[in-house]
Amino acid sequence: MNIEDLAVRISDLSSFDGYQLECQPIPGEIEVLQITVGDFDELPTYVSVTDTQILCITYLFTEDEVKPESRSEMLEEMLELNIPIPLSSFSKIGDRYVIFGALSNTSGIEDICGEIITLTENAVESITALEDFLN
Amino acid sequence: MSVLKKIMTAVRGGAREVGELIVDSNGTRIFEQEIKDAETHLRKAKQDLTDVMAKQMQAGRKVESLKNEIAAHEGYAGQALEQGNEELALEIAEKIAQLEVDLAEQEEVHKSFSDHVARLKDLVKKTERQLKDYERQLSMVKTTESVQKASAAITDNFASSNSKIISAKDSLERIKERQQNTFDRLAAAEQLEAENSDKSLEDRMKAAGIGDADENSANAVLDRLKAKQK
Repeated sequence: MNIEDLAVRISDLSSFDGYQLECQPIPGEIEVLQITVGDFDELPTYVSVTDTQILCITYLFTEDEVKPESRSEMLEEMLELNIPIPLSSFSKIGDRYVIFGALSNTSGIEDICGEIITLTENAVESITALEDFLN
Repeated sequence: MSVLKKIMTAVRGGAREVGELIVDSNGTRIFEQEIKDAETHLRKAKQDLTDVMAKQMQAGRKVESLKNEIAAHEGYAGQALEQGNEELALEIAEKIAQLEVDLAEQEEVHKSFSDHVARLKDLVKKTERQLKDYERQLSMVKTTESVQKASAAITDNFASSNSKIISAKDSLERIKERQQNTFDRLAAAEQLEAENSDKSLEDRMKAAGIGDADENSANAVLDRLKAKQK
């Protein structure tokens, strides 16, 4: 599935699992789709498609939002939370902490929408859990 | 160096350069070439394997037929001996000796084909393993590149659309506020509905003269006063 297909198919779904999904393509060297779930406008998911997988990434916070004195404690916490968090994992791109999920290229639209919703909910959950480490 | 280690080194050297470093070193193209080469090797090895396996089967069949022929001739020799025809038996025995030489030769050929098949199968397995390994590594490089580029596009988009990147805490605050609003509205709507249904029930009960009498009506007040005076 490529980005255009995905955008069209998500737009065709009026809602999924009770959530409204809105998508907007982002221009650039590779195609990225910005998808917001329901009321979670502030935590959009960015979807890109590679040869082998569909990557869904939600940005959590930047390095300078992290209280320097508790940084390593937070990192350890994130590492430990990686397994309990269903279907999503923490990572870092540049100076931004992210939560992401990867799907097979052959996943159906329902799997992808399910993943994006889970990811968004996990993002809210994670920031709530890590709030004390942030400025 | 493993690809993952290369990526790690690049990340440590400065995240922005990861994609560039890998692209600069022609990482993807080299891998793609290596994968192509491995695929060619694999195809060739598989072709060879089929040829050799066919030859192995032919040799196997020859061995079988020679063994059968020897067994048959041994029977014939036995029969000749039973008839006391030693001369014929000797001739048959000579034939058997010749067949046994052929059999030994053919068995040698069969064994050498079998060894060859084993070697080729091993090679195919190794090449397939290597191919998978290259593909896995290529996928790591490509994914890193893709994430880099996607991230650049997202950052550019933020910059060009002038949207302010708000902090995670503020995002959370806003989301929670909005969720609370939604919950409150839902709760209010539910309450209103409950009140409405209570009200309409009360109205209908009153109309039917059921339930509490209206204590604030003038008649009720008068009744109360009268009761006090008694």
